[in-house]
Amino acid sequence: MREIRNYTINFGPQHPAAHGVLRLILEMDGEVIERADPHIGLLHRATEKLVETRAWAQALPYMDRLDYVSMMCNEHAYCLAVEKLLGVEVPERARYIRTMFDEVTRLLNHLLWVGCHALDVGAMTMALYTFREREDLMDAYEAVSGARMHAAYYRIGGVSRDLPEKMPQYEESRWKNARQVREMNANRQGSLLDFLEDFTERFPKCHSEYHTLLTDNRIWKQRLVDIGVVSPERARQLGFTGAMLRASGVEWDLRKKQPYAAYERMEFDVPVGTRGDSYDRYLVRMEEMAQSNRIIRQCIDWLRAHPGAVISDNHKITPPPREAISSNMEALIHHFKLFSEGIQVPEGEVYAAIEHPKGEMGVYAISDGANKPYRLKIRAPGFAHLAAMDEMARGHMLADVVTIIGSQDVVFGEIDR
Amino acid sequence: MSAKLERLAERLTACLKDFPEGAFTLTRAHGELRLDVAAAYYLEAARRLRDTPELAFDEMMDLCGVDYSAYGGETGENRPARRFAVVVHLLSMTQNWRLRVRVFAEEDGAPALSSVTAVWNAADWYEREAFDLFGVVFDGHADLRRILTDYGFVGHPFRKDFPLTGHVEMRYDPEQGRVIYEAATTSPREVTPRIRREAGYGAARGAGKGGAS
Repeated sequence: MREIRNYTINFGPQHPAAHGVLRLILEMDGEVIERADPHIGLLHRATEKLVETRAWAQALPYMDRLDYVSMMCNEHAYCLAVEKLLGVEVPERARYIRTMFDEVTRLLNHLLWVGCHALDVGAMTMALYTFREREDLMDAYEAVSGARMHAAYYRIGGVSRDLPEKMPQYEESRWKNARQVREMNANRQGSLLDFLEDFTERFPKCHSEYHTLLTDNRIWKQRLVDIGVVSPERARQLGFTGAMLRASGVEWDLRKKQPYAAYERMEFDVPVGTRGDSYDRYLVRMEEMAQSNRIIRQCIDWLRAHPGAVISDNHKITPPPREAISSNMEALIHHFKLFSEGIQVPEGEVYAAIEHPKGEMGVYAISDGANKPYRLKIRAPGFAHLAAMDEMARGHMLADVVTIIGSQDVVFGEIDR
Repeated sequence: MSAKLERLAERLTACLKDFPEGAFTLTRAHGELRLDVAAAYYLEAARRLRDTPELAFDEMMDLCGVDYSAYGGETGENRPARRFAVVVHLLSMTQNWRLRVRVFAEEDGAPALSSVTAVWNAADWYEREAFDLFGVVFDGHADLRRILTDYGFVGHPFRKDFPLTGHVEMRYDPEQGRVIYEAATTSPREVTPRIRREAGYGAARGAGKGGAS
């Protein structure tokens, strides 16, 4: 009899479908996966150790670089943790701005996810459609913070500045003539809120285009239905959160169950799957996008009607306004102390969690009373999801691994930290 | 919220009441509850937290190591007696509450604790991470390998006595035609602002205005 032995193949770390730097060691029996062993850490930058040597406010931009497709949500988790330690009140307008940008971020994340996931599975055009909408949301990021990705917009005690009255404009160039530029700038004539409102009106149509392209697509269904099924019991045991958990039929959303920012005043629904396969995860995330759009709309209406402060006026924690520095002695001292020594956080420890687009993002901060964190642990949702790779991939074919990685929505910035 | 914490504290005390004196303590701060449990009772406590229906901590959110050796700066005020701790964050979806469990490893030189992978399967990678970064060994873990650091890495980088710049650096050596490791040439730089620990910072004025406590 011929001797049959298992093959071990190496997938990644430089594979386009590995979503970054995932290295998978796959033990195969023919084309069937016997065991999958993810090797992570190729993007490990020791964020948690680095911030132990930085002032509390300096740690914030590092958060953007964790999950680099949902930047502001990471900042939100960090800000909530430090604010809890300090006991500082965040102004209501800042809470609404945070809610709105959390949802913009959720759209950014899910748009990238559905585009790349479809690209991995073979539906080339999806990415072109979703990146079109991402472009507009990135412009919203740019308008508010000056950066298209690593915004560093949230601050301990609020957000860095109020929403701008003007949107950045396209300019004429060798490739774009005056008429084209005018068309591109048509929805950028008002404030950021006008621009976002226009977006929320356009988006449902785009959303239905994605559905047309994928939801009933025969190939898409053949590749996703019944792939990587996780039962609700196993999902809980494996520490799943977010869309991964909801697709398995567990109704759990921190925005509803443990509301933060302004979510308790938002009206939205939480989609829940029934089968726990990749297709359900797709449907859950698609519906989340529609719900995000609803939330953004509600925030816009509220923000229009309620001007006010966007950052706490406790200047032991937040910098004083620029104009005050040259006329007010106390403001000058506060400014100097804040930017040379930073804030001091009372001794203690907290865990703050938010509903990140990928699941529960938690920040566990320990302070020993100094002006820098003693220890900061980031609970990345993707870490627990990728840990379940072995269980989800076992018994599937090699090509299904790509689908499973895609449906887990992994980003290595947060997994390796 | 505080009534809920009260109820959780009561149920915890009832659940662990047959543990000997001093095997566990409960601390409340910032609207969160922390359970400190002795290393010997850690696994048993974990099982009960999950299986007692009134507590129902069915999901483990996070597990991480902490090195307390530099806590409180030079004076070391409030520094715990033991160096290494493992902190677990639990969540109950049915009761909608959270709990932090902290357990100190008995020995500072070779910290070891029982593994909770059998109680919460999610602990697998988290324990590997705590082992990798802090050198805490988990008895009963089936596959305790390094996870985040490089293949063949020496040392546990998140310990407080491990320098931020590391011990080795790597570069491509054109003569040998491969990537080689050398002793780090970066000298430690002073990048931290002066560390201050001021009792009652911001309390004098902030208490009335911004609500700082």
